[in-house]
Amino acid sequence: MHNARNAMEVESSSTCALREFGCEQSLLSRPDGSSSFIQGDTSVLAGVYGPADVKVSKEIHDRATLEVLIQPKVGMSGVRERAQEQCVRETCEAALLSSLHPRSSLSLVLQIIHDDGSLLSCCLNAACMALMDAGLPMGCLFCGVTCAIDRDGRIVTDPTMQQEKESRALMTFAIDSTERKVLMSTTKGSFSVNELQQCIAVSQRASEKIFQFYRDSVRRRYSKTL
Amino acid sequence: MAAGFKTAEPLEYHRSFLKENCRPDGRELGEFRATTLNIGSISTADGSALVKIGNTTVICGIKAELATPPTDAPNKGYIVPNVDLPPLCSSRFRPGPPGEQAQAASQFIADLIDSANIIQREDLCIESGKLSWVLYCDIMCLDYDGNLLDACVIALLAALENAQLPEVTINKETELAEVNPQKLHPLNVTKHPVGSSFAVFDNTIVIVDPTAEEESLSTATITVVTDEDERLCALHKPGGSGLSAEKLQDCISRAVTRHREVRKLIEEVLKSIKPQQ
Repeated sequence: MHNARNAMEVESSSTCALREFGCEQSLLSRPDGSSSFIQGDTSVLAGVYGPADVKVSKEIHDRATLEVLIQPKVGMSGVRERAQEQCVRETCEAALLSSLHPRSSLSLVLQIIHDDGSLLSCCLNAACMALMDAGLPMGCLFCGVTCAIDRDGRIVTDPTMQQEKESRALMTFAIDSTERKVLMSTTKGSFSVNELQQCIAVSQRASEKIFQFYRDSVRRRYSKTL
Repeated sequence: MAAGFKTAEPLEYHRSFLKENCRPDGRELGEFRATTLNIGSISTADGSALVKIGNTTVICGIKAELATPPTDAPNKGYIVPNVDLPPLCSSRFRPGPPGEQAQAASQFIADLIDSANIIQREDLCIESGKLSWVLYCDIMCLDYDGNLLDACVIALLAALENAQLPEVTINKETELAEVNPQKLHPLNVTKHPVGSSFAVFDNTIVIVDPTAEEESLSTATITVVTDEDERLCALHKPGGSGLSAEKLQDCISRAVTRHREVRKLIEEVLKSIKPQQ
């Protein structure tokens, strides 16, 4: 099995510094697509199965049924994971052209390897890379960016667990690759409208780096196989 | 004929109305359904409220119990929200363990309580490290016709404002808690967040307060929660089609005016029940 390993360091610029991030695709043999995404110490492993048969009760007549499972590092998945699953699923549904596979099932399993902050955005990135690896038709790509506003009102992108705890507001956005629009948004803490707009702008800028990384890693991977 | 069109082509049916800037139930795009509120509907609970937004009916009951505070925060109490979507409220919910939507709604309410700081958890502590209140906020949907989160937030807030807790003192000699049910104190509700939900049709048209049918046909839903200082407490968009910054700004402005309307409603209802006590 051919593996593509990429790592790219992003220099810490003033406003939208991301931790070092990297990705490995098709590292699992059983799923139809898999990826592992690492942001700093946060790491998520994703596997995609499908399009496959669907249970009659879950069948949708005009598009594929997408199921997302988030497995925490320890213990059973709980209410928090269910809420995150909903966010990831609806984001993927917006990006996937699921009407091309009606009456079939797609399942996406996200295994959390380690959580050191910005977990949901890492899940989104791993999910997008795994969907790409599975070769599923998508209308656009998406990426996740987490922003924290610290006590002094500064915006920290891709915060660590420690920075998340110290922040007074935390927002995670999913940005699409075509128009840089906000596909998904979930927040904690209270903030002003102005702060929100700033965080969206910063996330859109940070998303450029991630999309460039997607492009580079796919290019590097296929230039080797050809 | 119209009924047949609605059943066969529900999306086209809605589009034909949206083209004329109105909706099948006669509302404009930015119009909420009639919101009614009844406070203190459950006599056995410490606080309760029933909210109706159109057909959507949600009831919230607050039950207070005593417990030892968490060891990592000995000066705090607990608030435990739970949203229940029983099979009674819609045919889309099956009996059994709570489904994804119910769990996601519970998590949303739990996050909102923390984010908006509705109640200072320190206020629930009776004696540091020994005794504190646990507030079980059970929210149950009786009739599901869309816009569940808005109704839940109003029900929770009204029920918390209605809640009366008995005075508790710790007897110095026996070290036992003594509850005085004659002396009741209201909770100190510090912030009053109100949510507004929107649905996006065909990636472009934004409508407020979607019904269940509109929710299922829409390409995305958004819930914006603001407090009285016009700060945002939550911007919840679980996915779906992308939204531009201008559209988002419109949603926020609408949420701010909605906050005023709902705030007035809750205050009026609270005032109306005061004299009877």
